[in-house]
Amino acid sequence: MSAPEHTAPAAAPGPSGRVVLVTGANRGIGLACARRFLALGDRVAATYRGSPPPVDDLPADQVDHLLPVHCDVTLPDQVDAAFDQVEAAFGRVEVLVANAGITRDTLLLRMDEQAWQDVLDTNLTGAYRVVRRALGPMVRARRGRVVLMSSVVGMLGSAGQVNYAAAKAGMIGLARSLAREVGSRGITVNVVAPGIVETDMIAVLGDARVEQLRSMVPLGRAASAGEVAGAVAFLASDDAAYITGTVLAVDGGLAMGL
Amino acid sequence: MSDDATFEKFKSCAVEVLQVPGDKVVRDARFADDLDADSLDLVELVMALEETFDITVDEAELDGIETIGQAFDLIAAKL
Repeated sequence: MSAPEHTAPAAAPGPSGRVVLVTGANRGIGLACARRFLALGDRVAATYRGSPPPVDDLPADQVDHLLPVHCDVTLPDQVDAAFDQVEAAFGRVEVLVANAGITRDTLLLRMDEQAWQDVLDTNLTGAYRVVRRALGPMVRARRGRVVLMSSVVGMLGSAGQVNYAAAKAGMIGLARSLAREVGSRGITVNVVAPGIVETDMIAVLGDARVEQLRSMVPLGRAASAGEVAGAVAFLASDDAAYITGTVLAVDGGLAMGL
Repeated sequence: MSDDATFEKFKSCAVEVLQVPGDKVVRDARFADDLDADSLDLVELVMALEETFDITVDEAELDGIETIGQAFDLIAAKL
């Protein structure tokens, strides 16, 4: 198969931009991704479990391109319904960002089965559910982009996060296997592995732990959620057409070499 | 529906999903050798057939299905 013409207007910005679905898009990295795609002119379905994404400071045209969708990724029926809703409003999903995730941190000796299951079910199985639902239309269209949100702890490990790290490492195996399955259909599947990012998820760790982590980062600071969104947007862009199965660390050098 | 009509419906699914000319969709045609279909093509075809004929095909039933004729018989038996 030859490389596609680079001039193909696959992602022309503007009102008829791509249809992007981001899970867990009401805050943190997911919200930053949703906003990045909106700024690029895409139509964005932003799924949330708790409260919908804030829109107060968005320009009116971007509000029109944003579809907040309630969806608990642990519930297959809700995933299905969310995609039905998005397809009815915007058409088929061309870019999927599987970002929804939770933490239930504690040392393994104190980690009960529920804490393990909850994190795996949301972070890894949730990704499986949304990717599986998104994939059929992508395969039929012979085009699509999937970006999975992993974490450097999937490779580095993190005391107190056995469940979270296992789920995040699982994203890599999922992505790379799927990249092999659907590469022939023009669909790319990639992973973004953030390090320390200024989000609520990091804030709960406490200042001392955050400072300790920060001291391990060559760039000496945490990332903004927008810096992670930039990497996601790149992997979804035409410029990344030949990139699949890769793990793009956005970690200030924290895990370099892994 | 007559067998002929069912086969025509089956054939149009195969033509659309596998993107092959209709005259290649014959009972003896082998998916891999004659129709250049890979495993993902077959999954797509099965999903299209499930939708078209409103049936369900289990993974296990697909074992050993290598020709158009075998696939058609599997579908026809469910109607």
